[in-house]
Amino acid sequence: MIPGEKITLEKTLEKSAVRKFTIENASRRGFLQGMFSAGAFVLCARLIPEPLWAEGRSAEGKAISAIDAAAFHPSLWVGIQPDGTVYIVAHRSEMGNGVRTSLPRILADELDADWARVQVVQGDGNEAYGSQDTDGSHSVREFFDVLREAGATARLMLVRAAAQQWGVPESQCVADPVHVVSDLNSSRKLGYGELASLAAKLPMPRQEELKLKSPDAWRYIGKPAKGLDAPDVCSGKAIFGMDVRLDGMLYAAVARPPVLGGKVKALDDKAALQVMGVKKTIAIDPFTAPHAAQALGGVAVIADNTWSAFKGRNKLQIAWENGSHGVYNSTTYKKELQETARRPGKVVYKAGDVDAEFTKGGKIVEAEYYAPHLAHASMEPPVAVADAQSDRVTVWSPTQDPQGVQENVAKALGIKKENVVCHVTFLGGGFGRKSLPDYAVEAAVLSKKTGRPVKVIWSREDDIKFDYFHSVAAMYMKASLDAAGMPKAWLQRSVFPPIGSTFDVKAVYGSDGEMSLGWTPFPFDVPNVRAENGKATAHVRIGWLRSVANIYHAFAVQSFANELAYAANRDPLDYLLALMGPPRILGSEAKDSGAKSAPDKYPYDIARLRQVAEVAAEKSQWGKRKFGKGSGMGIAVHRSFLTYVATVVEVEVDNQGAITIPHVHTVVDAGIVANPEMVRQQFEGAAVFGTSIARTGEITATNGAIDQSNFSDYPVARMNEAPFQTDIHIVESAAPPAGVGEPGVPPFIPALCNAIFVATGKRVRELPLSRNGFS
Amino acid sequence: MVHLKINGVERTFEGDPEMPLLWYLRDILGLTGTKFGCGMALCGACTVLMNGKAVRSCSKQMSTLAAAEITTIEEISAHGPHAVQAAWVDVNVPQCGYCQPGQIMQAVSLLKTKPAVTDDDIDTVMSGNICRCGTYQRIRAAIKQAAKEMA
Repeated sequence: MIPGEKITLEKTLEKSAVRKFTIENASRRGFLQGMFSAGAFVLCARLIPEPLWAEGRSAEGKAISAIDAAAFHPSLWVGIQPDGTVYIVAHRSEMGNGVRTSLPRILADELDADWARVQVVQGDGNEAYGSQDTDGSHSVREFFDVLREAGATARLMLVRAAAQQWGVPESQCVADPVHVVSDLNSSRKLGYGELASLAAKLPMPRQEELKLKSPDAWRYIGKPAKGLDAPDVCSGKAIFGMDVRLDGMLYAAVARPPVLGGKVKALDDKAALQVMGVKKTIAIDPFTAPHAAQALGGVAVIADNTWSAFKGRNKLQIAWENGSHGVYNSTTYKKELQETARRPGKVVYKAGDVDAEFTKGGKIVEAEYYAPHLAHASMEPPVAVADAQSDRVTVWSPTQDPQGVQENVAKALGIKKENVVCHVTFLGGGFGRKSLPDYAVEAAVLSKKTGRPVKVIWSREDDIKFDYFHSVAAMYMKASLDAAGMPKAWLQRSVFPPIGSTFDVKAVYGSDGEMSLGWTPFPFDVPNVRAENGKATAHVRIGWLRSVANIYHAFAVQSFANELAYAANRDPLDYLLALMGPPRILGSEAKDSGAKSAPDKYPYDIARLRQVAEVAAEKSQWGKRKFGKGSGMGIAVHRSFLTYVATVVEVEVDNQGAITIPHVHTVVDAGIVANPEMVRQQFEGAAVFGTSIARTGEITATNGAIDQSNFSDYPVARMNEAPFQTDIHIVESAAPPAGVGEPGVPPFIPALCNAIFVATGKRVRELPLSRNGFS
Repeated sequence: MVHLKINGVERTFEGDPEMPLLWYLRDILGLTGTKFGCGMALCGACTVLMNGKAVRSCSKQMSTLAAAEITTIEEISAHGPHAVQAAWVDVNVPQCGYCQPGQIMQAVSLLKTKPAVTDDDIDTVMSGNICRCGTYQRIRAAIKQAAKEMA
């Protein structure tokens, strides 16, 4: 294991020993119930900035949620009020992934609750929930069983309460049809609200007493549901991090060192202080390596509105001391990565003997691929509000990891983690950027120094220049083909500055987790295989971006497979199926970071990979239309986050190289799907996200500083550039739920590049397409 | 001093004349439905109506807005959902939703000038509004649905 591994890709898994949280102790119920009836609980659900959290205060002034305060709350996941309102927590972050709709519906299903009477409460940072780090496409698959059991627990207690009230056997009572318990021997019914107080007095059922519904009885799981928050979002009422306002709040913009690890050498803030609305400037200390989620340091301009803070910051005169990363130049770094990829690296997966096979005289095919750094550019730039009072801090933030906010703010201020409250707002996109809360740390540090609530707003330029960038990567591929054109040996080598470098300055190799993202689970039926990884030193902050290392790994593997098909003079789809070989379960070497917590539950099943490719061929009418001379269709398949995906992209390229994408077909086997509507949204969106990466996604550095700054020089796909129509086909499956937020991205990019090859004869081995004469 | 009308209410602005309308709306008036995305009129998240037409509030300095009539997403929503908003919810457009107030304001403006809107009209006008979640095909469907309902 590489140092830094534990706290990078696998961190979510380690934190998510979720089962023990299923049934919370009931000892607090008496206290809270008593408090509730005494009227001490006051819902302040519509007061800005707490519209989401429905937070109340106990008699001692301790914050409690609507769930804690409900008359009946058998666990921290659900509470029921005497009026029949059911509160269900969304403990994961809503950033367009649909979790505030999909997760509570899983619980509501087992509870047989009426969705119209459910209110969703956003969970604060709280380790009692298990992992809240909304990354790695984990939300449904890690909490599916937990939420079902929480719902089933509450349902059983309500049924028992009804049986007790009527004095009849429990077997005579059923939760039917919805939100009521019915007596099978009469027409008597009792609503959940009527049963809440009695249910609260019952002992918790044992886990083995729970009866989960059979899938054919599911009322919400697997059924499409629209976004719970869409009306608030569409009327501007939803509170994103950017929208949080507190009384007496100050606004801050920070001038950060342009080169990672840089420091202020000299500061002249006279002009800045003369700007109307500017109050003062405050130095933020540089970080101590490794940077992790610490503030980058620099100078903050504090003002009474955002504009004044931005304007004041522009007037700062700062001389920076750049430090060692000033050597970073993307042009030379690219050559270094490519050189490294041509030399033997660390072996991360091996079968048979590749070297011996390469000497046997088969047809050798080699190719090199390159993919640059990317920035997240979520529509809402990083932002946070913090209110530090003595040894306590309250943070409001669009964060993917509220417990990470608690940890990092506590560390920065030298206070206890439990003294940091983190309210999670809506996130205006996350894509992995908002897993690391350096911006919340900045707000907390500045609030502490000013003694006032402070909102730190990142401009778009800040967001692009000071991102945790997706890694740049170089890949080298080599195969030896037999007379039929099938590979007898396959060598693949990838080189990229690892995410581990963010947590460990010495990390130069990809972690097991990064290698498992599309590299070491080798899905092709080839007797001699070796996968390697070469060293690379990071000079900028490296982080997670939607589907992470799968992006460059799938680009190389699925492009190379396509190249081999042409070398073998075969149809790319037929060839891809031949490469996959017969249906079978891959061995344990095909582990995947997402399956480590339950490797037996999620075997790598080639039959499922074949199936998505076959369905994609059928839906896209593969092979039935004529392409070439400016039009093309390309296919790629990829399994990531335990989900099997095939994408067929249709492209048109005019004689100026301008690309349009009329149609995309994406086939998804994600096992049991909690909410197919959200799955469709995620995969439609992934095609657009993939388009942005493929067409123009490129971040570069000169002398350590990032060259790009805004959507002018870091363009992302607009409506007229995005696929015109993306059709999502969900394969029905009884397999355990898998990820859906990320897996649509990796296969899209090679499928598009493979289509471009058909249309133009030009093979894209380097991203983005704008570097290849396309626009 | 600048006199203007925001959502039908007379307002007087006495701050920095260079302040963009966006920050006046968000920080001074507390109308946070209008979003900040880029600050350079590149993404459309800050779109509002000025005298009935879509503009980027991040790039409209207060000094240029004397007598302007500004309409924000809050006003559009004030009397129940607008047909465009209803279509947005029905088609389930939003993912993260941050860009959607701007998209909706742009669509409202578009449908005023082109009630019988075509795909080309939509592409031309809506391509100024970025959605990073990639909801474009649903935005297109929602605009067409709203156009039908408003006809």
